[in-house]
Amino acid sequence: MATIFEKELTDLKGTVLKLGSMVEKAISDSIKSLVERNSKLGADVIDKDPQVNALDVEIDEECIRLIALRQPRAGDLRLITTAMKITTDLERIGDLAVDVSERALELNEEPQLKPYIDIPRMAEIAQGMVRDALDAFVKRDSALARDVIARDDMVDNLNWQVFNELLFFMIQDPKTVSRAVKITYVSKYIERIADHATNIAEMVVYLVEGKIIRHMTVPDDKKKN
Amino acid sequence: MVKELKAEVKRLNFYYGSVQALKEINLPIERRKVTALIGPSGCGKTTFLRCFNRMHDLYPHNRYEGEITLYPDNINIISPEIDPIEIRMQISMVFQKPNPFPKSIYENVAYGLRVRGVSKRAVLDEKVEKSLRGAALWDEVKDRLNHLAFDLSGGQQQRLCIARALATDPRILLFDEPTSALDPTATSKIEELIIQLKNEVTIIIVTHNMQQAARVSDYTAFMYIGEIVEHDKTDKIFTAPSNRLTEEYITGRFG
Repeated sequence: MATIFEKELTDLKGTVLKLGSMVEKAISDSIKSLVERNSKLGADVIDKDPQVNALDVEIDEECIRLIALRQPRAGDLRLITTAMKITTDLERIGDLAVDVSERALELNEEPQLKPYIDIPRMAEIAQGMVRDALDAFVKRDSALARDVIARDDMVDNLNWQVFNELLFFMIQDPKTVSRAVKITYVSKYIERIADHATNIAEMVVYLVEGKIIRHMTVPDDKKKN
Repeated sequence: MVKELKAEVKRLNFYYGSVQALKEINLPIERRKVTALIGPSGCGKTTFLRCFNRMHDLYPHNRYEGEITLYPDNINIISPEIDPIEIRMQISMVFQKPNPFPKSIYENVAYGLRVRGVSKRAVLDEKVEKSLRGAALWDEVKDRLNHLAFDLSGGQQQRLCIARALATDPRILLFDEPTSALDPTATSKIEELIIQLKNEVTIIIVTHNMQQAARVSDYTAFMYIGEIVEHDKTDKIFTAPSNRLTEEYITGRFG
């Protein structure tokens, strides 16, 4: 029989997931808005951001309430603190989706510089990372969380690839600079989304194993940045 | 840093007649730290605590096996050759309900010293004041030391019992649910006091209140059916215990 507290924890996980799905949709819509040159989609993402922010606050308040009233311990304590930190990352991801949408709206006003190939690939990986990190959170699956962390390098590499390609455009023709810089921004936003997904996955490892693994090792390709 | 031990429990078994209440207990007790014993009712916490000052000797058919070594003397507390009365001077107990003697405040604190044969007024005065100060009670009672101890409030009586325990300069202080009969204000005073006292004395506390264990202790041992299931730093036990049974108990999902 589930206690009241257990039900509250289940509800909390549900609310975090709801925020996660809102944010995932914001990522995919913001990218679609760019790739399909559909400014309506991007404008929707911007309009819906206050909902993401409201849910962020709601989750924080619920976590604080549970800490004050239930005095959680051990696994329960780790679940609540993890939910609080994950929520901050999700809200930041929502902001980045807004940033992508804003650049998309601007870029959609100008002729397309080049077909978008790597950007949708990056976005797909980053979105998959967010989804799997949340899946790992709900299932308390630290193996899946570690898999998410490993995928961050792919996104970092694609970001460099996009940057170098756009650099080539800019050198060839200064008229492309304004658009190329905006696409570079988009690429960087997606790279940041993957970083936040990595943070979430690291918190899941803490949730499951009680070990804080962030800042433990710096992969070689990150040292270069 | 190497931990300095005040006591060490090695393969302790305890029997009430034919019933084994403690099984193969091993536990280091670090000097000037607070060790909390937690666990469900009947798990043996109090039985274990009472071994430290030989309270079980008061009843026949009780039997100890193994060792509780007191450092630096290296004596086995539970050895029959050791005088339980002297052990109780050195290892004092504070009980669940305040139990002052029907005497004055002064005489309650002086009691242990008188048993030891101290009779010089100046020595007693000094010790009584020091102990009452140590128990954070001096300012409240200094003008009425000859009043009956029962005139004090419950929380004050409990602090008086702590002062009484401190008077004989104990090496270890044992607390058996010291705040279960007190209100939150008195409880918080006792908890503050426990944290202060560990600067001078090693403390072992039995508590049903897990938040209390979390607040006052450096180490926590979780007991279940006469055994120690897990013993670790308190912050580890309350954030990420290693044992599933500990996790279930401290998160309230036991059984």
